[in-house]
Amino acid sequence: MTQIVKMKGMNKHFGKLHVLKSIDLTVEQGEVVVIIGASGSGKSTLIRCVNGLEEYESGILEVDNHPLAPKAGNQKTLAEIRKGVGMVFQQFNLFPHLTVKKNIMLAPMKVKSASQVIANATAERLLERVGIGDQADKYPSQLSGGQQQRVAIARALAMEPKLMLFDEPTSALDPEMIGEVLDVMRELAKDGMTMMVVTHEMGFAREVADRVIYIHEGKIVEEGNPSEVFDNPQNERTQAFLSRVLAH
Amino acid sequence: MEFQFQFDWQAAINAIPFLAKGIPYTLMISFGGLAIGFLLGILFGLLSINKNWFLRWPAITYIEIFRGTPILVQVLFIFYGLPDLIGAPIDPLTAGIAAIALNSGAYISEVVRGGVQSIDKGQNEAGLSLGLSRTQTFWSIIWPQAFRRMIPPLGNQAIVSIKDTSLFSVIGVGELVRQGQVYIASTFTAFEVYFVVALMYLAITLSLSLVLRLVERRGLASI
Ligand SMILES: Nc1ncnc2c1ncn2[C@@H]1O[C@H](COP(=O)(O)OP(=O)(O)O)[C@@H](O)[C@H]1O
Ligand SMILES: [Mg+2]
Repeated sequence: MTQIVKMKGMNKHFGKLHVLKSIDLTVEQGEVVVIIGASGSGKSTLIRCVNGLEEYESGILEVDNHPLAPKAGNQKTLAEIRKGVGMVFQQFNLFPHLTVKKNIMLAPMKVKSASQVIANATAERLLERVGIGDQADKYPSQLSGGQQQRVAIARALAMEPKLMLFDEPTSALDPEMIGEVLDVMRELAKDGMTMMVVTHEMGFAREVADRVIYIHEGKIVEEGNPSEVFDNPQNERTQAFLSRVLAH
Repeated sequence: MEFQFQFDWQAAINAIPFLAKGIPYTLMISFGGLAIGFLLGILFGLLSINKNWFLRWPAITYIEIFRGTPILVQVLFIFYGLPDLIGAPIDPLTAGIAAIALNSGAYISEVVRGGVQSIDKGQNEAGLSLGLSRTQTFWSIIWPQAFRRMIPPLGNQAIVSIKDTSLFSVIGVGELVRQGQVYIASTFTAFEVYFVVALMYLAITLSLSLVLRLVERRGLASI
């Protein structure tokens, strides 16, 4: 088994706030790991460390066999890691000045020096894959939230990542659009993509996750397959959290 | 005794050819200065938000000095003061262009800073997470968006600078106001001449506003 992410004793502070407390976590190739926890518990910070959007202070982090040292690490390593790790944000973060297709073509052309023709073909294929092949020449603002998030997924996939990070990809969406984004993610998982997903969609977690992790105040307090975590949580914090979110 | 003032249309029309000779100078000083000022503005605007304190403070010093002193003092300093320092005279046209460049450069630095800082952090994170370098992320993602937001304040600065050139009659550069003063000295038709001078400024600034409005509309259509 290949480990795509390896964290050992990772610590991170924001000033005095100890946000990640001695995190041990590994993600195997092809695994879907869903991270749950209350708002402010450190879920975003955890996955943002994986592609170096946040620095950490101590411990070990290896992504796809590249060790990323604490405190910014090495710029070359960082670039190498980011090429192989896609990220999807809660607020989509599409580039508003570029058409949908150009959003997807940008990184392959700039980072991998892909030709216009190749990048274009990739973009068209990926837009088909996420079900919006007919929107290629529109600008992001002309699309619905669900469509925008699917473009964001296609944009990340264009770099052919080994790992995809999702930070609450459906939290900014109107309820009727959540399903279309989760469907795309479900397909990705089925195709064997390695994924780390922060979400409050417990149904999705139960169905798609190989492993569920519950974080409380920067600490992993529960970890297991979905039925272990959801049906038989060991930690009382997890029990309390689940009874709160599953209640409605 | 009753005093009656009559606007002398003939005098106004007669003045036009002589006054119009000032237009090329006004345009040269404004747009020459603004072109350099734009480059200075990009340079010092970006330096002023650099993480590195040693790059940041000279930029901020420059901006504060040129925003905090009158442009009239700046041009007098360049034209009459600097020659003492460098030991050679500076011609009025060069002094005028330099004053507009340095002055507008300071204001444009602030426009650039504001434009860049107004772009959502998520744009930078999206670029970096796709594997783009900081430089690539800046120039292909942040800058194009920031620039669009900068167009209205840049247009504003251009209009201010065009009007600022009118002060440079004091160093004897033959721009619009200077031409007017020279003409009035022999014809004593101040009212008519300044009226025509004002119209000429208005023609320049209104044309610019119109162009900017068109550019802005095209630029914003895609956002
Ligand atoms: N850039 C930052 N600077 C300071 N504090 C931050 C920053 N980002 C997050 N935090 C704090 O760190 C904690 C964890 O945040 P986050 O990882 O975003 O939590 P979650 O994603 O689980 O809601 C929160 O208390 C949050 O306020
Ligand atoms: Mg979060």
